[in-house]
Amino acid sequence: MATFHFIVTSPEETLRFAKKIGEKLQSGDIITLDGGLGAGKTHFTKGIAAALHVTKTVNSPTFTIIKEYDGRLPLYHMDVYRIESEEADELGLEEYFEGKGVCVIEWAEKITEFLPKERLEIYIERHPTEERHFYLHAHGTRWKKLCEELEEDENISN
Amino acid sequence: MSIKENIETILAIETSCDETAAAVVRGGNTIISNVVASQIESHRRFGGVVPEVASRQHTENITIVVDEALEKGEVTLGQMDAVAVTKGPGLVGALLVGVNAAKAIAFSHDLPLIGVHHIAGHIEAARFQQEWKYPALALVVSGGHTELVLLREEGVYEVIGETRDDAAGEAYDKVARALGLPYPGGPQIDRLAQKGQTNIDFPIAWLEEGSYDFSFSGLKSAVMNTLHNANQRGENLLPEDVAASFQRSVVQVLVEKTKRAAVEYNVQQVVVVGGVAANQGLRKAMEDQFKNENMDLVIPPLSLCTDNAAMIGAAAHILWKKKEFATMALNAYADLDLG
Repeated sequence: MATFHFIVTSPEETLRFAKKIGEKLQSGDIITLDGGLGAGKTHFTKGIAAALHVTKTVNSPTFTIIKEYDGRLPLYHMDVYRIESEEADELGLEEYFEGKGVCVIEWAEKITEFLPKERLEIYIERHPTEERHFYLHAHGTRWKKLCEELEEDENISN
Repeated sequence: MSIKENIETILAIETSCDETAAAVVRGGNTIISNVVASQIESHRRFGGVVPEVASRQHTENITIVVDEALEKGEVTLGQMDAVAVTKGPGLVGALLVGVNAAKAIAFSHDLPLIGVHHIAGHIEAARFQQEWKYPALALVVSGGHTELVLLREEGVYEVIGETRDDAAGEAYDKVARALGLPYPGGPQIDRLAQKGQTNIDFPIAWLEEGSYDFSFSGLKSAVMNTLHNANQRGENLLPEDVAASFQRSVVQVLVEKTKRAAVEYNVQQVVVVGGVAANQGLRKAMEDQFKNENMDLVIPPLSLCTDNAAMIGAAAHILWKKKEFATMALNAYADLDLG
């Protein structure tokens, strides 16, 4: 597993960063998002959604657990904050993982054992300012390559 | 009890999230029975809505809840004119339990089937309080929703504003968690807020001019930062002051945007529905804001504001009148537009 580190300094920059990732996504891709309350997980997902040409407002799935959006690829936006890992297998998540769309899963560290091996794990470190540190853990060669491309992109600080 | 022949009686079922509910409603405005198998105790254990527990429990509860609704209403399925059910939005697994139960009942008793939008249900709960006067405006505030909906006429819903990030109830829940308060967080903060001072300046997201959208994510972050910074400095913030200041920010933007939209669209009636409508701070602020206005303010009681099936029966009344029935192909939809 390779780890990549990126720093953004504003919410706008987070959106641009997420869009760059979103533009590279394919059917069946899985991205996990962790980091405390207010880290910007849903905000980051808005950037992914924009790159997938989702036109509807992407808002927090915390209460509804799963929200589905139509775009260039379907976006399945999940929040498993409330889920106990021993019960996660009954939620039918595999159907989403194996679906045609892109899965973005907030608080995924709670259900690690149910996640497919090939995935991009993102940890967002919150700072009291608007600065955010993104740690990208690439599980699989495709994700490693994608992260390396991101690193080469000079418009993203790291 | 006797069933009037010219007014329809509907069995309604709701299982979109964490409540299994069934009700019998007559004419869209009279509750014959309203049963909710509240799962809140089991949720409190986990600190939130646990969907697969909910899904499994919906299956276990559904027959019991439907039977109890009929029993309490002293009616039989043979006396029903239709079966209504929430078709979305919500968790597909949870929704399907209700949809399939409704289909089975409709099929076996040869009754028309009516599919209802969950938010239309919340809004139509206002029917139990008084008749609609159009145009009307509905503020839907709950854990999963924060929407301003314009009703120019009966049964036509136009979403003019929605949250761009967290729902109001969700913001309450997350701030409550940061303050170490037990689940559900909303009532806890509301209670604390009554005892606190609004002495912390939290931001209010008004967004661009003329927008009826909401945003509570920045406010949530501001509360987190304030708590974090106070902790770093060894200061002791009073939780009741944090609660009061946070609540002021939420309530102010909800009330102000509702008021602006009500005036712009010249509505005759404003309704506040959804679980957060139970919030005392919001209720009082709404009452103060609208008492001198020439429009009715309707806030149903808590039991009709949180998820329930009576509201689904109320919304089904409109579809019944239009004879907009569903077929046996009715499905559950996680994502479903209102309108």
